[in-house]
Amino acid sequence: MTDPDRLRAIIAAHRDAEGPLLPILHDVQAAFGCIDAAAQAAIAAALNLSRAEVHGVVSFYHDFSQTPDHRPLVQLCRAEACQARGAEALAAVAQVAAGERVRVAAVYCLGLCSVGPNARIGDRLHARLDEDGLTRLIAAL
Amino acid sequence: MIRVRLADDALAIACGADAVAAAFAAAGCLVERCSSWGLHWLEPLAEIDGHGFGPLTPADVSAVLAGRSDRGIGPIATHPFLARQQRLTFARAGRTRPLSLDDYAATDGWAGLRRARALPPEQVIAEVAGSGLRGRGGAGFPAGVKWRTVAEAGGQSGTGRKYIVCNADEGDSGTFADRMLMEGDPFALLEGMAIAGHAVGAGHGYVYVRSEYPHAIARLRAAVALAAPIIAPFGVEVRVGAGAYVCGEETALLNSLEGRRGEVRAKPPLPALHGLFGRPTVVNNVLTLAAVPHILREGGAAAYHGLGTGRSRGTMPIQLAGNVRYGGLYETAFGITLNALIHDIGGGTASGRPVKAVQVGGPLGAYIHPDRFDLPFDYEAYAAADALIGHGGVVVFDDTADMARLARVAMQFCAIESCGKCTPCRIGSTRGVELIDRLRAPAPADAVAALPQMRNAPKGGRRRADDLALLEELCETMRFGSLCALGGFTPYPVLSALRQWPEDFA
Ligand SMILES: Cc1cc2nc3c(=O)[nH]c(=O)nc-3n(C[C@H](O)[C@H](O)[C@H](O)COP(=O)(O)O)c2cc1C
Ligand code: SF4
Ligand code: FES
Repeated sequence: MTDPDRLRAIIAAHRDAEGPLLPILHDVQAAFGCIDAAAQAAIAAALNLSRAEVHGVVSFYHDFSQTPDHRPLVQLCRAEACQARGAEALAAVAQVAAGERVRVAAVYCLGLCSVGPNARIGDRLHARLDEDGLTRLIAAL
Repeated sequence: MIRVRLADDALAIACGADAVAAAFAAAGCLVERCSSWGLHWLEPLAEIDGHGFGPLTPADVSAVLAGRSDRGIGPIATHPFLARQQRLTFARAGRTRPLSLDDYAATDGWAGLRRARALPPEQVIAEVAGSGLRGRGGAGFPAGVKWRTVAEAGGQSGTGRKYIVCNADEGDSGTFADRMLMEGDPFALLEGMAIAGHAVGAGHGYVYVRSEYPHAIARLRAAVALAAPIIAPFGVEVRVGAGAYVCGEETALLNSLEGRRGEVRAKPPLPALHGLFGRPTVVNNVLTLAAVPHILREGGAAAYHGLGTGRSRGTMPIQLAGNVRYGGLYETAFGITLNALIHDIGGGTASGRPVKAVQVGGPLGAYIHPDRFDLPFDYEAYAAADALIGHGGVVVFDDTADMARLARVAMQFCAIESCGKCTPCRIGSTRGVELIDRLRAPAPADAVAALPQMRNAPKGGRRRADDLALLEELCETMRFGSLCALGGFTPYPVLSALRQWPEDFA
């Protein structure tokens, strides 16, 4: 559930910036794990936008979601340079290790393309992954 | 006390540099964190008295300190991978602490900005134009021409707001030079932006960094805070993307900065005239802007122009990635061949197997067959070969690569990342995935297509030749009917794979 006071504080922190919507959405996503309909309505009202406009932006970007998923998240790079280093085989391994407990998502490049396969967990990046390494990372979440 | 230097960029840390640094510190060493040399296969790489050791784990530390490690590579600065490079944009890589204003000033930092600010703006633009610098984001547009357009926008008075926007969305697979620059030499980017601001009459800049780069975001924010008094009255703000590849396209990026969906805008109007919030705006890649301080130093423009070949002047920070033995950053003058890059410098594949293909220029770049590895690194030469340099990423694949699968990956990526504005890209990419799937695993005749009222469907079901022709036609439509290069260039990897490795589609 979105805490209205916290939401108001986030909006207030950015509303005087040029183009405040993305910074607000990032903070709301980080604080609540999603940007739900109530939050979208409040943001729209504060920025004098229609709810449709805010909803359109939220639904456009891969980083934003409208329903929370509080499971730990592993983002495995599926882009070409990591594929050239065996990332596709790891994707299946990750899914098995994760089961329903951990969310595995694709990301397209983490900028570590010479040392793949790579993954991101929170703000930590992991390089040179093999089956064992990735399975251990997921098990430790 | 022994002084140990280790990189603290995202790549070194992902390879375990923090634990190695902690082990050196625990052994009583003075650990200094600096930028990365770009010798990625050696990370974590420790430097002691100019000598390198890597790749290290914490367990190697005691042997290194006792002088009996087998991980020594000798003096780093003269390592063959570095000795043959011409590092201008990355002159400080490995040599300075990224957030040290002292280190920056001691290595000619701010000299370009000081000199630029003492010159009339037209002169600054003339020097950038004279250097031959072209945009490093992909399209290779002359930086000086773009700056002049923005400088002259809004009438002679030059009043009214203008913006400098740094495109740090670096979404191409196989590229990491923007990231290395932002994490390793962030002041150079800010200096370049401040010079651009002086040249075109802009007081404010934004750096739009992709959200996949948490280290770069933090590093840039810290650098902006430190450098603010130096670049003032020019001001810079860091903004974060939200996981959309298409926001690297400059007009989608501007929409995103404004708080809109990252949809591509039709051009004209050019962003130079009608950009961020409708104001004249310079949009330049990180590497373009970071090359500027060097160019604006005394004699810098001529030196820059003196390197390269044809209309590709200066140096390109090339990124060796994928299945390559010695991967990393290789900045060199234009003109180098893929043979030299992949075999002489990169040491072939990391797996030790033969090289099958190389993709240059990110997910929209063509796959290049080893038969054509004599192609010189040059915008025009690549364009003539139906390929592109893009942002300078070179991704190596060994002979286990399935080119039909990679063609599908290209179509699928386009489908996932399409902004949805135009039909050839939004729908064509999905149809492309289906077509490639059908080629790879022929399906039984389609029941609907067999209905009598489906007059245009081929009688007796679709043959393989029909599907191939359809794929070619689809690629043609995407190439010429798309608004931007996401839909327009996806045919390059697809068709290059199909034409050079038809056996993989069987
Ligand atoms: C789909 C797409 C993605 C792009 N991604 C980037 C990017 O990540 N970084 C970048 O600098 N330019 C990117 N570009 C190119 C920009 O549109 C633009 O040409 C560039 O930012 C201009 O700066 P430059 O002249 O300094 O290269 C992309 C273009 C397209 C069509
Ligand atoms: S080609 Fe694709 S990404 Fe580019 S404008 Fe059209 S739909 Fe958007
Ligand atoms: S392709 Fe995986 S990190 Fe770049």
